[in-house]
Amino acid sequence: MARNFTEIFGSVWFAIPAAVTVIMGFLAINALMIVWMERKVAARMQRRMGPTERGVFGLLQTTYDMIKLMSKELITPRHVSRKLYLVAPVVLFTPIIAICSLFPLSENWVFHDYDIALVLVLAFSGMAVVGIFAAGWGSNNKYSLLGAVRSILQNIAYEVPLILSVLAVVIMARTMSLHEIVMEQSTIPYIVVQPLAAIIFFIAATAETNRAPFDIPEAESELVGGFHTEYSGMRFGLFFFAEYSSMIIVCALATVLFLGGWQGPILPGFVWFFIKVYFLIFLMMWFRWTFPRLRFDQLLRFAWLLLVPLALANLLVTAIIVKLI
Amino acid sequence: MPELIRVGRDEDRDTYHLNMGPQHPSTHGVLRLRLHLKGEVILSADPIVGYSHRAHEKMAENRNYIQFLPNTSRMDYLSGMIYNVGYCQAIEKIIGLEVPERAEYIRVICCELNRISSHLLWYGTLLMDLGGFTPFLYCFEDRERILDILDLVSGSRLTYCYGRFGGVTEDVDDKFLSETLAFCKHLRNRLPEYDDLVTNNVIFQNRCKGIGHIDKKTCHEFAVTGPCQRAAGEKRDVRRDEPYGIYDRFDFKVPTRTGGDCFDRFMVRVEEISESLSIVEQAISKLPVGPVMAPKVPRKIAPAKGEYYFAVESARGHFGMYIVSNGTEIPERMHFRTPSFSNLATMRRVLKGSTISDTVAILGSIDIVLPEIDR
Repeated sequence: MARNFTEIFGSVWFAIPAAVTVIMGFLAINALMIVWMERKVAARMQRRMGPTERGVFGLLQTTYDMIKLMSKELITPRHVSRKLYLVAPVVLFTPIIAICSLFPLSENWVFHDYDIALVLVLAFSGMAVVGIFAAGWGSNNKYSLLGAVRSILQNIAYEVPLILSVLAVVIMARTMSLHEIVMEQSTIPYIVVQPLAAIIFFIAATAETNRAPFDIPEAESELVGGFHTEYSGMRFGLFFFAEYSSMIIVCALATVLFLGGWQGPILPGFVWFFIKVYFLIFLMMWFRWTFPRLRFDQLLRFAWLLLVPLALANLLVTAIIVKLI
Repeated sequence: MPELIRVGRDEDRDTYHLNMGPQHPSTHGVLRLRLHLKGEVILSADPIVGYSHRAHEKMAENRNYIQFLPNTSRMDYLSGMIYNVGYCQAIEKIIGLEVPERAEYIRVICCELNRISSHLLWYGTLLMDLGGFTPFLYCFEDRERILDILDLVSGSRLTYCYGRFGGVTEDVDDKFLSETLAFCKHLRNRLPEYDDLVTNNVIFQNRCKGIGHIDKKTCHEFAVTGPCQRAAGEKRDVRRDEPYGIYDRFDFKVPTRTGGDCFDRFMVRVEEISESLSIVEQAISKLPVGPVMAPKVPRKIAPAKGEYYFAVESARGHFGMYIVSNGTEIPERMHFRTPSFSNLATMRRVLKGSTISDTVAILGSIDIVLPEIDR
């Protein structure tokens, strides 16, 4: 029997802060793990050790880094547009918390299961770009602005194939509830019947999170730091946190949509869920440490001329087959 | 909104100026590029150099010839051995000093190892500019072995002062030779790995092909030399055209390409790495026994009054030394013609019309070393 936070805490005014705290904690622990994992994966791919000093296998390294970031002075450069500059990290991070409340981690581990949860997830993930643009514009720095403009173009370009590939799943599952989509995959995960949609989704999701080889908005060798060049201390930390959190989110979404969510033999549901999510995150890291970065126009061409037509064709074929069966 | 930081005049509202550097991750040191942009497209680009000027040429006018030796490798710190040995060869030629056979071979081995290490560093940084971090560390790992090997004989890892007028400071030992041979074997096995990771990568090829054309005509106008020139289809290499030292005794190819774009420059350098490996192996197999220093080196080096020019092939191209002597121990004037300076000068023409992303790829592919430009 699934209970929600309002029932547990009695009032919505207690439930909301409690839920936000739980999600932040969940994200923070996972982000710390992923940053550590990223370092270790990168190190192993580059034939070096990675962090070893702090904690067992350097597990506490990221915690130390976080403490360092938090203890740093927050510098607001004089030339920035103050309001936008300050609000941007929050705008970027808030939708991520909202999205997190929607994922079913296990059969009954979910804050609330809406019928249209998928729409909410996609809508909130589209909001992240507002935060990025606010940061880039508000920083009043030419590199940041370039990063912000690139980010918007990229997000628009990749949102389309992302949603088209998700639609193919929705047509098959005949529902937009994440819980029911997972239940539909009890016999066979959708990656088997929708391999093309899965690949398109994963590529588009990588681009959505601004991860290499699509890390064009923050291409450090071109734009220094991109949209977060002017941020320091924990404000930068929040961007960093947001990047890794959105990695968790897109990987969780991919798990729910294509890999059958929490379902799997023997082990409990949430364990399966995390195994799948972390496997996808590992894939993203593998991409990042193998490929060079695409050029901007190549990225757009790739999205509009290859991914969008493929996703459309896939959607059409899916719709026809579902209709016929 | 507060005032925008302006760099030069932003004449109209659609275009703007961007200062790329001198502190920028991919200008390879302290190069400043003044870009005039429309969106991301470059309308004009101005390379501005001079941020690491140390007046090496002026220093040369204030000391005698041998005292200038340590300066040579500090001009181009990535191919310091070639500069150092090249300077020695220049002075030896001027005063007519014979160098023992063994020293000549050792010099070739060291210079070619240095060339490989320079190319490996370039390989890594180019990929870093393109966003590939892993190849960078692979290259540095291999480069590290060269630095260790050269450290064995010269006592320094980067700014070597191994050459002397009439030979080299120390003889090489068996450890040096065996490690060098082991390294050659190792790198030959590694190069296919690099190809798998980088050269055959579609993203990499798309990023490099068709951008940054430096054609033959531009090469002539700007005196572009080295791999950039060879990538444009000119088969020019000082080692082959006017062999200095004992380069005429080795069998090596001068790799050329015809397109002159970033990818061609990349391929030329990759092929040069394996050619240099073959030169090293040939030199080690033919290494004679004997002294490494000429028996009689004059205490006082005072070339006859006149002007002298001598050139060697550095990792980046034609490195020329122009020496004016007034007959005393101290040179009247010493000028160095360093290849990156001319190669960089083409940027004003080449960068026009490309994007910021291409800029880092093009800058990376011409392989500039700023201290060598500024001297």
